[in-house]
Amino acid sequence: MGEDRRYPFCEIDQEECKGCGLCVASCPAKVLEIDQGKLNSKGFHPSSYKGQGCLGCGNCFYTCPEPGAVTVYLKGYVPEEVK
Amino acid sequence: MARPAVLRKPLGFVGRYEHKPGAEKNRTHYCPGCGHGILHKLIAEALEDFEITDRAIMISPVGCSVFAYYYFNAGNLQVPHGRAPAVATAVSRANPHAVVMSYQGDGDLAAIGGNHIVQAANRGENIAVFFVNNAIYGMTGGQMAPTTIEGMKTTTTPYGRNPLTDGYPMKISELLDSLHAPVFIARTSLHDPANIRKTRAAVRKAIQYTIEKKGFSLVEVLSMCPSNWKMDAVSSQEWIRDVLIPVFPLGTLRDRGSEAVEMKRPVPTFDPAKVREVLGVGGGKQKALARRRVDPKYADPSIRIAGFGGQGILSAGTAIANVGLEYGYNVSWLPSYGPEMRGGTANCSVKIREGSIGEPEATQPTVVIAMNRPSMEKFEQILKPGGTLIYNSTLIEVEPGRKDVETWAVPITGIADGLGNTKVQSMVAVGAFAGVTGLFGLDDIKGLLPAMFESEAMVLLNEKAVEAGYDYVTGMRR
Amino acid sequence: MMARKLMKGNYAAVCGAALAGCEAYYGYPITPASEIAEAAAAIFPKLGRTFLQAECETASINMVYGAAGCGKRVMTASSGPGISLKQEGLSYCAGSALPCVVVDVMRGGPGLGNIGPEQGDYNQVVKGGGHGNYRVIVLAPNSCQEMCDLTMLAFELADRYRNPVFVLTDGVIGQMMEAVELPEPVTIFPDKSGWAVRGTADTHHLINSIYLAHDELEWWNNELRKKYEEIEKNEVRFEEYMMDDAEYALIGYGCVSRVLRSAVEEGRSKGAKLGLLRPVTLFPFPSKRISELPDRGVKGILTVELSTGQMVHDVNLALCGKARSDFHYRVGGNLPSAAEILDRVSELYGV
Ligand SMILES: Cc1ncc(C[n+]2csc(CCOP(=O)(O)OP(=O)(O)O)c2C)c(N)n1
Ligand code: SF4
Ligand code: SF4
Ligand code: SF4
Repeated sequence: MGEDRRYPFCEIDQEECKGCGLCVASCPAKVLEIDQGKLNSKGFHPSSYKGQGCLGCGNCFYTCPEPGAVTVYLKGYVPEEVK
Repeated sequence: MARPAVLRKPLGFVGRYEHKPGAEKNRTHYCPGCGHGILHKLIAEALEDFEITDRAIMISPVGCSVFAYYYFNAGNLQVPHGRAPAVATAVSRANPHAVVMSYQGDGDLAAIGGNHIVQAANRGENIAVFFVNNAIYGMTGGQMAPTTIEGMKTTTTPYGRNPLTDGYPMKISELLDSLHAPVFIARTSLHDPANIRKTRAAVRKAIQYTIEKKGFSLVEVLSMCPSNWKMDAVSSQEWIRDVLIPVFPLGTLRDRGSEAVEMKRPVPTFDPAKVREVLGVGGGKQKALARRRVDPKYADPSIRIAGFGGQGILSAGTAIANVGLEYGYNVSWLPSYGPEMRGGTANCSVKIREGSIGEPEATQPTVVIAMNRPSMEKFEQILKPGGTLIYNSTLIEVEPGRKDVETWAVPITGIADGLGNTKVQSMVAVGAFAGVTGLFGLDDIKGLLPAMFESEAMVLLNEKAVEAGYDYVTGMRR
Repeated sequence: MMARKLMKGNYAAVCGAALAGCEAYYGYPITPASEIAEAAAAIFPKLGRTFLQAECETASINMVYGAAGCGKRVMTASSGPGISLKQEGLSYCAGSALPCVVVDVMRGGPGLGNIGPEQGDYNQVVKGGGHGNYRVIVLAPNSCQEMCDLTMLAFELADRYRNPVFVLTDGVIGQMMEAVELPEPVTIFPDKSGWAVRGTADTHHLINSIYLAHDELEWWNNELRKKYEEIEKNEVRFEEYMMDDAEYALIGYGCVSRVLRSAVEEGRSKGAKLGLLRPVTLFPFPSKRISELPDRGVKGILTVELSTGQMVHDVNLALCGKARSDFHYRVGGNLPSAAEILDRVSELYGV
């Protein structure tokens, strides 16, 4: 399998996110931002990934207080379904 | 433990938070930016990585993390405020194979539960304690915690914490570090990714040591409480860095993991044979001694034995009760206990009856054995008319006051001294009691002595004592 | 059956616990209950069972909570001041439906009082001294044999109802020695895998007393109440002595009941038709039996306590004003004598 250019990348579950901004502050690549234009069902402006530039450092994952709000797909990640 | 190619919600969490009431089963109950969630994630990740979700047990405290049990894929106990270390102690001992974790805030651990954490640490309980220091009471709305720093405004220190009236911030890690038993103590912080990783390492070490049964570990984590600090999450991290850390320096205070030995816990037995053996009760019914013919005056005696501490008052009573039991009578023995004993006096009631025994106290004794003068003066007064008073004439130089009772002056202490050991005066008294009442046979008592005394020498000496008491009173009768 | 052995009531309670399969003892010393801790310290380790002297009674009841939550038969023991401290944990045990056994060897109060025998803990134990709507089953032994037997029964009832059970006794019964015949050890234990946390994949249970939603907490309180009604239906125990033709009933529990027994015997020998009704369970209380006394020809009822009027309220509730109810008490460590009771009886009823 050839290398997918998207990796590494960060995925935010915007429903679970509480918009605290800790992930944004923790990102060395500055590729996360609070999406002021969006509100989730709980009324938070969620974080969002700018779509490219993630370094796969994991800072956002470990800094986020919500168990499942942040997922970081590292290089070489093989999705469950093709394993 | 290869680093996973994806960083996702750890399996140390449950998928949906079914214990959480209401519809929102996919978000925690914590405020945005709260440090509790970060620490939860580090723990949950370790549970997954160490493959211990099956045998993990989480103790949830009272505080904002009271609902930790919503989240952890583990056995869960929610417990009273501050008591988590006590509960964890028993949980760990009940399930030695389990990995028991106690999760506590600074009000919970350092204030109301202050003694429990110190004692659990001092016992070296095999538990991992995660201690969230956010310098405040989160759940109840921002009151002062033991960890609140000097000058810090809280709802109960509206003018700032004044050390002169409110004390100083408590450094729990340093406090516990003064104890011998703990294996691992570290203080870490959640204020930036590098420190979160250090926290992660400390959490894993604590859990690792618990898995290895090395004893007590505590990780104190400086943690954001944006809601009660009235700051946003990012400023809260900065406040930890700039203000809290200077008061609570970070670092590993102790790591004795390499020296610690694996803790062994006993395996309980319920084997009936073993239980019987340990309770010291032999099998079949013992054969009662043949009853003796007793003058009705002495039948069913209600006995009061009194003297000063050290005269063997209670053991004389025990011996009489034991012998009575061997004859198949119902017996009871009731000591005076407590302050009276401290005053140096002792007395006990013994009842020996054919029928069942009602009140155990000899309130109207039929026999009084008085070993010193105050005891005689006190107890001859309640002696039943026509009753029997045996008194220690070695120490009691006056005549008894009662004229309506039978009196026996027996130099009990003197006889014991003559045998070379004052201590046997209790058995001299037993012998005298047997001789006067005829309730017990001399040889029967002698036969029971080996069960009452450990060494052969003591058995022989006490045999002589019983005999001397017995002979003295039977000699008087003759 | 095993042979009879002379032992203290406190010691007998530990024998009963060991025989009942009690796996852990968590306690803190206090006179006149300390021999229970001491006996457990001597006996339990020999059986591989846990004995731990906790830092305080609050800790020990929470250790009990922990062990009970893991499905272990567990006990603690104390006296008045220590029982006061245990009340928080007891409420949590009841709220989380955890079976456990607590022995209270009562002493004199209030405050530090003294260590003489008293029955002043009746209210805090029988009425539930902790917060919330809960009850505990209360067994009241009056002999060393019963200290053993009722402690064994306490473990059984605790498991049957998943509820704390008290063995409520006093300094006299705890400190006295009598012959005890130890029953056979229990070998069959209830299966608790459906709720106890054992540190295994299939016991990822939750031990908890929190019900945030008002309706849910109301439901849980109703469940508890149903359980207590069930207990009241099934578990009332009492003992009667010469009650068949009694004209005057003496009511008392624990060591008092022994004095009353002596009083009944002495009274009968003088022609007074006395009888004794002794509650063995204080919750559930033998209210029905007491309420029947007037119809059985009982003309006077004298309740005697080592407290200044605690159980007598339950007697009066049962009687509902249908019969004359009198009260006599001694406190401070003093016991009434049988003679004193007979004097009181003749003063009250002219017999
Ligand atoms: C016996 C008792 N006293 C008081 C309370 C009220 N209470 C609940 S949480 C809490 C303080 C918790 O603070 P902390 O342990 O610092 O945890 P945090 O909420 O900050 O995480 C208090 C006092 C209680 N539940 N029980
Ligand atoms: S993994 Fe690192 S670089 Fe990528 S988004 Fe998260 S913090 Fe930014
Ligand atoms: S740290 Fe988590 S909760 Fe906070 S904004 Fe980022 S994704 Fe949302
Ligand atoms: S009050 Fe503070 S500690 Fe509690 S959840 Fe909110 S931020 Fe966290």
